[in-house]
Amino acid sequence: MSQEMKVIVFKIKDKEYAIPVDKVSGIEKLLHITRVPKAAHFVKGVINLRGVITPIIDLRVRFGFEEVEYDDSTRIIIVILDGMEVGLIVDSANDVLDIPLNSIEPQPEVVGQLASEYISGVAKIEKRLLVLINLENALNLEVSENMLKEG
Amino acid sequence: MDMNQYLEVFIEESKEHLQTASEQLLVLEKNPEDLSIVNEIFRSAHTLKGMSATMGYEDLANLTHKMENVLDAIRNCQIILTPEVFDVIFLAVDDLEAMVMSIAEGGDGKRNVSQVVHQLDVIEKGESPVTSSAAEVAATSAVLDREEMTDREYDEFEWTVLQQSNEQGFNSFEITIELRADCLLKAARVFMVFEVLEKSGEVIKSHPPVELLEEEQFDQQFTVTMITKESSEEIQKKIMKVSEVDNIVIHTLDLEGVRHAVNIKEDQIAELANKGIEAEHVMLPSDSTEKKKQQSVKPASSKTIRVNIERLDILMNLFEELVIDRGRLDQISNDLDNQELHETVERMSRITSDLQTIVLNMRMVPVETVFNRFPKMVRQLARDLNKKVELEITGAETELDRTVIDEIGDPLVHLLRNAMDHGIEAPEERLAKGKNEEGEIQLKAYHSGNHVFIEIDDDGAGINKERVLNKALSNGIITKETAATLTDKQIYELIFASGFSTAETISDVSGRGVGLDVVKNTIESLGGSVTIDSKEDEGSIFLIQLPLTLSIISVMLVAIQEEKYAIPLSSIIETAIVKKEDIMSAHNQQVIDFRGKVLPLLFLKDIFEVPASQEEEEFLSVVIVRKGEKLAGLVVDSFIGQLEVVLKSLGNYLTSAFAISGATILGDGQVALIIDCNTLIP
Repeated sequence: MSQEMKVIVFKIKDKEYAIPVDKVSGIEKLLHITRVPKAAHFVKGVINLRGVITPIIDLRVRFGFEEVEYDDSTRIIIVILDGMEVGLIVDSANDVLDIPLNSIEPQPEVVGQLASEYISGVAKIEKRLLVLINLENALNLEVSENMLKEG
Repeated sequence: MDMNQYLEVFIEESKEHLQTASEQLLVLEKNPEDLSIVNEIFRSAHTLKGMSATMGYEDLANLTHKMENVLDAIRNCQIILTPEVFDVIFLAVDDLEAMVMSIAEGGDGKRNVSQVVHQLDVIEKGESPVTSSAAEVAATSAVLDREEMTDREYDEFEWTVLQQSNEQGFNSFEITIELRADCLLKAARVFMVFEVLEKSGEVIKSHPPVELLEEEQFDQQFTVTMITKESSEEIQKKIMKVSEVDNIVIHTLDLEGVRHAVNIKEDQIAELANKGIEAEHVMLPSDSTEKKKQQSVKPASSKTIRVNIERLDILMNLFEELVIDRGRLDQISNDLDNQELHETVERMSRITSDLQTIVLNMRMVPVETVFNRFPKMVRQLARDLNKKVELEITGAETELDRTVIDEIGDPLVHLLRNAMDHGIEAPEERLAKGKNEEGEIQLKAYHSGNHVFIEIDDDGAGINKERVLNKALSNGIITKETAATLTDKQIYELIFASGFSTAETISDVSGRGVGLDVVKNTIESLGGSVTIDSKEDEGSIFLIQLPLTLSIISVMLVAIQEEKYAIPLSSIIETAIVKKEDIMSAHNQQVIDFRGKVLPLLFLKDIFEVPASQEEEEFLSVVIVRKGEKLAGLVVDSFIGQLEVVLKSLGNYLTSAFAISGATILGDGQVALIIDCNTLIP
């Protein structure tokens, strides 16, 4: 029997992505976001998450996709990284899956338009293709600066 | 036995006892003849010894034991208190503190204390650690005391009892019982010994008195006087049956000798008094017990429990949630217009605001917790520097938020050291200037409005403007041109600039490269400020202004287009409505004339890149803010109102947010950002 990993599956632009469930502290519906002036462009602002000011990142912007209007299915996934909570805006989040570790393949060169820095691997389950997010890089403000320069 | 659960209690209590010990030592140094203070210290040391032995910290227990011996000798007038003796005891307390700190940090509490132990030994033997001239006097009193040990005096009543029982054929014995050093339940052993003795005869007197024995207020040994028909051998055998008894010395009481000894003692007291030694030094045991009793009747201080600060933070967060929900409930009840609901919500509002006061008060700690280590530090430093300094503390009960308290200690230490090193002159120099030989530093804390002020006031040399200017010039902090334009205050402020140190030689007290700029930065990071005033040859005043609490501030809420921002009231001077035509332009900077002064305008809408949706109006709402002496006008769209908000950090992720010092949650649950005026004003 191979080992499994529990992941939260969410969608951005009809593609499925996954984050290990142990890094997620909750999934919230859209709350009022207060814009923070002169923050990085993908930082949408901060929200009041049960009394804690939590920064919010729009993963669409982060991944270089076009922005869309938020709607009823838009969710904020609260992830924990190095002890800080950060919220990620995704199109929808609706699945928790157990994926066998041996189904995870190392990151391919390019997956669609998504820059490979944000990807830690790809998991193929039946007909679904899940892209595993490298949270450290996806949230790192410095990586983004480098990316911008390269772009 | 698992000691871990007790460790925290042990550490906290040890710290408290050490604090009491050092405080009382300082008091004692001022009133060396008040032996009741020695008792206080002795009690702290004793409890500490017991606790550390139980917890298995032998080094700690040993050192306390030595210290206790010396204290015991002091209260028995065996040792005359000299500054040298104080030094050694202070050293011992320092070592004890270091050991407790090491335990608190997860260490084993071991430390090389042989030097201090040796010095304590020397003192205990009745010799002065430094001067030998005092040794002679100490020795005389030691002899006196030893006599006291063997032949205690008896009052008239006891003496009669002894005499009568002697006539009736009873034996009178004086029994000295020594318990084993590792005996943990001394009171229990004492009880067993007494039980044995009372079966064989009658106990007339004990030294120390029974109350103290029961409270374990004694070292390893105690002495009882009893009358019995049994022989000394029988008694000895019976007592030896009690476990943990180490040694027993029994000698028959010579009634004539007792009388004689009392007489001799009185003679000696008179003799010593003639030698110029105050009679109070030779305190009779009965006197000292009386004092002890007085001390123990002292009312117990208010009861407290220790709560982890984290729990208070959680409580605070939960409470804020509650406040936000209260706001919503308020709104709903207004919409529904139901009388009963109205009343209930009203009541709830009142209760929550009471609760808020309590929750906030719980985080308040008196500055005493920071101040109480200063007297010892100043004393030590004064001796190191060969200066005479008197530290006067007032307002130690002033309360500050816990977070401020935690941070303010180091800056104050630095300023005090600075005052002692650079401020207060050497005694000769002070005399030459016609000042009191002893320098004075006043440390004051007081409330004023929404702030707490801490003032460090010395009567030393003051700040030499010439020297400060020269130094600043040579260090490249200012240029010659600016130097000429500076006011006195601005010159004093220079000593807070980084890379500045006026001490001509680097002493290990201050001027170690870590300058006063660190002090200034720390205080400013707490939302406070520090100013200096000084008069040459008269002294300097460092005034620190601190916010009462870091978590709650008064702000003015303003709207910029659709967004809401909060501006701390502490930086606002006033608000104004300005006509658009009144704006003038100077060097690409829009300014207005504000009471004859040119006031630069900062358009927050542009600075914060707020998405524009409304048309500009003819009148501008301007919030006039200041940073030090500089003023600026912040242009906003409208004023919403003034309110008290809970300050929250933006977290570690958005550390670089521009001109934003934090955030707060408004009644409707939305986040409003708090503007940092210090970064806005160049």
